[in-house]
Amino acid sequence: MAISATASAGLGQTGGPAPGAASPARGSRLNVGTAFAGAVLGYLFGHWLGNAIVSGDLYEVAFNTSTNNVAIFLALLFGVVGWLAGIGALNYPIAKIMGKEAPAEIPEEGWARFLKFTLDHKVVGIQYVVGVLMFFFTGGLIAMAIRTELLNPTSHIFGPNIYIQLVSEHGSIMMMMATSIVVGPLGNFLVPLMIGSRRMAFPRVEALSFWVFISGLMVILTAFPLGGFQTGWTGYAPLQEQSSGGMDSYLMGFGVIGTGMILAGFNMAVSIITYRAPGMRWSRLPIFAWSMLGTAGLLTLATPVLFAGVYMGALDRTAQTALFVNAHGGSSFLWENLFWFFGHPEVYIMALPGFGIAAELLPVFTRKPLFAYRVGAAGMIGVGLLSFFVWQHHLFQSGINPDMRPMFMLTTELISIPTGFIYLVGMGTLWRAKIRLELPMLFVLALYFNFLFGGITGVYLSDVPINVQVHGSFFVMAHFHYTIMGGLVFAFFGGLYYWLPRMTGSMMNETLGRIHFWMMFIFFNLTFFPLFIVGLLGMPRRVFEYAPRLQTLNDISSISSYLLGFSFVVFTINLVWTQFISPKPAPPNPWNSKGLEWTMPTPLPFHNFSRIPVILSDPYRYGEPDALPVADFGEIAAATSSTHEGLAGAQPTSSGTEEV
Amino acid sequence: MKGMPSTPEGRRLNRKHLTRLVIPWAILVIIIEPFIWFVLRNHLPPGHMTDSATGIQFDEAVVTMTGSPIVLGVLMYFGYAVTVWRVPRNAPLEDGPPIRSNIAVQAAWIAITSTIVMSMFVFGTYELVVPAGSGGGEGPTPIWTPATHKILPIQVIGQQWRWTYRYPTFGGFETDALVIPNNTEIAFHVTSLDVIHDFWAYQLGVKADANPQVDNVAFTKTQHTGRFVVRCDELCGVWHGAMYNYGQVVTPSQFMAWATSTEKKLAPMTKTLPPVNYAGYTPSANGAAGGYYPAIDPFSKVEETAVPNGKAVEDTSALRRTNPSQRAGAGSTTTKTPTGTIKKPTTPPVTNTSGKVG
Amino acid sequence: MIVLAVFAVAGSLIGYTIADYLRARPPTVNFTAGHATGQPVNLTLQTVGAIGYGPTPNWVSYLTKSPSGKWVHTTVWKVPENTRINVTVYEYDSGSPLRNQAIGQVTGVQGGTATLNGKPFNLINSFQGNGVAHTFTMPALGISVPLYGVNGSAKTFCSTAAPCHQSALHNTIKFSFMSGNHPGEYRWQCFVPCGLATVDGNGGPMQAVGYMGGFMKVVA
Repeated sequence: MAISATASAGLGQTGGPAPGAASPARGSRLNVGTAFAGAVLGYLFGHWLGNAIVSGDLYEVAFNTSTNNVAIFLALLFGVVGWLAGIGALNYPIAKIMGKEAPAEIPEEGWARFLKFTLDHKVVGIQYVVGVLMFFFTGGLIAMAIRTELLNPTSHIFGPNIYIQLVSEHGSIMMMMATSIVVGPLGNFLVPLMIGSRRMAFPRVEALSFWVFISGLMVILTAFPLGGFQTGWTGYAPLQEQSSGGMDSYLMGFGVIGTGMILAGFNMAVSIITYRAPGMRWSRLPIFAWSMLGTAGLLTLATPVLFAGVYMGALDRTAQTALFVNAHGGSSFLWENLFWFFGHPEVYIMALPGFGIAAELLPVFTRKPLFAYRVGAAGMIGVGLLSFFVWQHHLFQSGINPDMRPMFMLTTELISIPTGFIYLVGMGTLWRAKIRLELPMLFVLALYFNFLFGGITGVYLSDVPINVQVHGSFFVMAHFHYTIMGGLVFAFFGGLYYWLPRMTGSMMNETLGRIHFWMMFIFFNLTFFPLFIVGLLGMPRRVFEYAPRLQTLNDISSISSYLLGFSFVVFTINLVWTQFISPKPAPPNPWNSKGLEWTMPTPLPFHNFSRIPVILSDPYRYGEPDALPVADFGEIAAATSSTHEGLAGAQPTSSGTEEV
Repeated sequence: MKGMPSTPEGRRLNRKHLTRLVIPWAILVIIIEPFIWFVLRNHLPPGHMTDSATGIQFDEAVVTMTGSPIVLGVLMYFGYAVTVWRVPRNAPLEDGPPIRSNIAVQAAWIAITSTIVMSMFVFGTYELVVPAGSGGGEGPTPIWTPATHKILPIQVIGQQWRWTYRYPTFGGFETDALVIPNNTEIAFHVTSLDVIHDFWAYQLGVKADANPQVDNVAFTKTQHTGRFVVRCDELCGVWHGAMYNYGQVVTPSQFMAWATSTEKKLAPMTKTLPPVNYAGYTPSANGAAGGYYPAIDPFSKVEETAVPNGKAVEDTSALRRTNPSQRAGAGSTTTKTPTGTIKKPTTPPVTNTSGKVG
Repeated sequence: MIVLAVFAVAGSLIGYTIADYLRARPPTVNFTAGHATGQPVNLTLQTVGAIGYGPTPNWVSYLTKSPSGKWVHTTVWKVPENTRINVTVYEYDSGSPLRNQAIGQVTGVQGGTATLNGKPFNLINSFQGNGVAHTFTMPALGISVPLYGVNGSAKTFCSTAAPCHQSALHNTIKFSFMSGNHPGEYRWQCFVPCGLATVDGNGGPMQAVGYMGGFMKVVA
């Protein structure tokens, strides 16, 4: 054998427990319960410390506003540290720092492992599924509360105080969630399976990123009892300095989530670059892994800027620096630039994974190879690169760099070229295909439908003269809901229906799934399409009062939003019923995919591959009867041991491929 | 292989599907494009009260005319694909033709999208530069300015949570009412007293952020009389949603009458205002009743703040001790003397110019 | 099944608690009950330098006197339409120069003037005297009245928890306006940045309904 399993494991996949160690065993006692206890203790300690630091007459701001920002920051910081210590994330580094041997991390069986700090990427993936759904449903309920307030133009259900808190919380929670909605659950679970690896590059970092992510949700929710924040998710200064104590939760929350994003992105990028199985060339990498690579690059490079921004904001609010206050030598433009320098790449962090899922699923349900694979991969990377050069299109009317507006108009419009590649890939793959409208395929088609409107309205926004009309209005709001919810979230649910049988071994119910899809698709469009018109007719974002003539459109949107919310009840019932209460075992490859991730037995072995496969082909060789299988697990090598030299550098035959 | 792309059969199928897609698409495009131009255009927001509004309307029509064939084409393609190439779900598994790429299609796609994008960029830049910024905020020193020098300047002051307007050419009076003359080039100097706001005069097609201590200029030329709404378009706190009022475009003679009478009526109040300074209207970042930052330079005993009536006011509020019962009368006029400050009891500086008794 | 039911009940309870918390607003003082058409409504308010209790004891606040004569910590009132509202404000707070002098102007009230301790006025120069403490402003109806401050160093400056007693130093400002004939919720608020120790003075109580801003609900 040319490449033995042990030899390839030695190529950089050492470090984890030995493959045979997956016997049922009891691991660390620390679990989510101790994490909560740690968080509470840390919070109380930080609060006490903050009050001790700024007690008395030293800090009259805290007295006069009845808000001690130092105490809030320290409480949240120590709360997060306590949470991480409670889950056991710090055991290993602390032991190593102390010069001791780290405690054994024995892989566990059973459901309890899902509540613990674990190094198994498959467990982390499923933890992430639950985590992002918690985020998503919290944010979604808040969204329905927002729509409730907007049922009537002048009568108020929540009033301006609570309304603005709801708007801000909704935006922040959803943005935090959307950065991880695919990278976390599907990325962590599937990327090692797709690239033929036994694990991610940094399993501890991976697990840490999840528990940091969850603590981010708790931190941002503490804003409610602290008085909320009035800035929306963009947190513009100097309103930021003025806001209630909840603003500290926002800054801390984005700091925490940002840490998780950097960790997750770094881990993902390193895994894809260095942990590919032999033969997994860049030209054979699944397109989903390409999208993960692009996303990981954005996460790693853009998020530190946000971290710097929230750090400055925290200084302004605690140490009374004036980094964002013009009158004291700071600049309100500084926050806008820092925030959007992160914020615009972030928008593509929320788009690329959706494209990746769509392109990954299309060949399976069209029974055709992915059309223009290289263009698709180039599109992902191109979008990622260009996204660092467009951030000032959020500031076209701000008065900063007005002379640069044409340049940013150009870069923004240029992004539509690589984005268009995704449509090229999709439309080319559909050409004369054998389309099977299975449930995940419906979500993919819905993504293409929704993103078309999201994308074309983006052209209006990028055009500076039209931007004068639509900037900051509900038009923008509808635009990015069409791209993020209509694109990413639809793709996520499609991916979930598609890959859950792989992840849990149980199929989702088809009928409930279809009800979910059609409700979600119809009421998503009915919720957000009227808001394009509302925005064009002059309704700014984030207002609690609007012109009475816009009430009908707003009411259509509000009522649809309740039904959109109900569609997720259907999904949740489906999920709980088919995955926990009455699981229906899935066939090993229910969609007849050629993907590497479907070649393994169910349940997945602890180390995925008993021997590292040799990749022979990309996973899209549909309609090519004489194509090589996607990977060699040893069988082919054994059968042709005399010619193993040729297989080691396995070249797929291209006989089945033809140009039109 | 039957149906393979490179076979004559494959080419025949390609031609057939392409024809069935392109012809209906072309017909629909021929119908839709004139409809957008001749019917929809004049109903697109924000109307044509000013040249910038008209320009925005024109641009919207052009972008819609560019975008709708694309949207239509893609939608028709997806609809066609799902209808024609769909296989029943219970049909036996059968693979489609293995078309992995097509250089001609890919090159054409990239060329067409790039051409559209570059034309949009050139068009957008032309439309931005020629009408002097299209009504958008152009910063303190606009490089694209109107061709005329007869520009009426109006300072727009955003503050939490209302708009006020100053007319520098009429003695600098400040009012809640935004009244502007018709057929006049107007420069809105937008600034803020506190946080970031955004001045959005919807029907005028004007939008400019109001940043503290920044003069953000937006130009427009009025074309029709009528009422317009002004909204704040950048989240500025709790009352953001209630931060709107209405303005009026009137004939130049009506405007002159209104402006001169208002100038006279508000003269007593105008005297208490600082001189018009487009970028420097903001006092300190400290609240009138006490601020977040110390108001006084810690190395000098007293900070002088120039006020229009020539007196110095010491804002002691920020240094006040924290007991609310000790909230000193920050406004009590204190005059600086070499030895310290003397607080003098004052009578209320109230004025009644109307002569009426309430 | 029982477990599911327990979860459902617990979930509903949590949901109800959260909804209740989110719906919590300052109480509404109703001036419509027993109101005879054509009769004016007497609205009595006071402004205090520090509310003195609750989670934010050092915030400035408005208080409203209910028709039964009780001081209520709220800024939300319900009044009938087309009615003259006679407002009396007892102003117990110290003043300061205004950031925007235009707010020193009295606008939109009946007769164009308000009275300060019985003396009519329509403009306050806030750079003189005690300055302006707060304003009573309802932008949608064009009403704005500056409230002259009291001397914060005076011995009789109100230093107790709200409501302040009449014996403390105060100014009495009176004016009237019409409630208009368009039912709806009208925002009113103070426009003096009096949120002590917040940037630009516009945080804290300035951004909280029930302290320095609220609604006048006009009903048919």
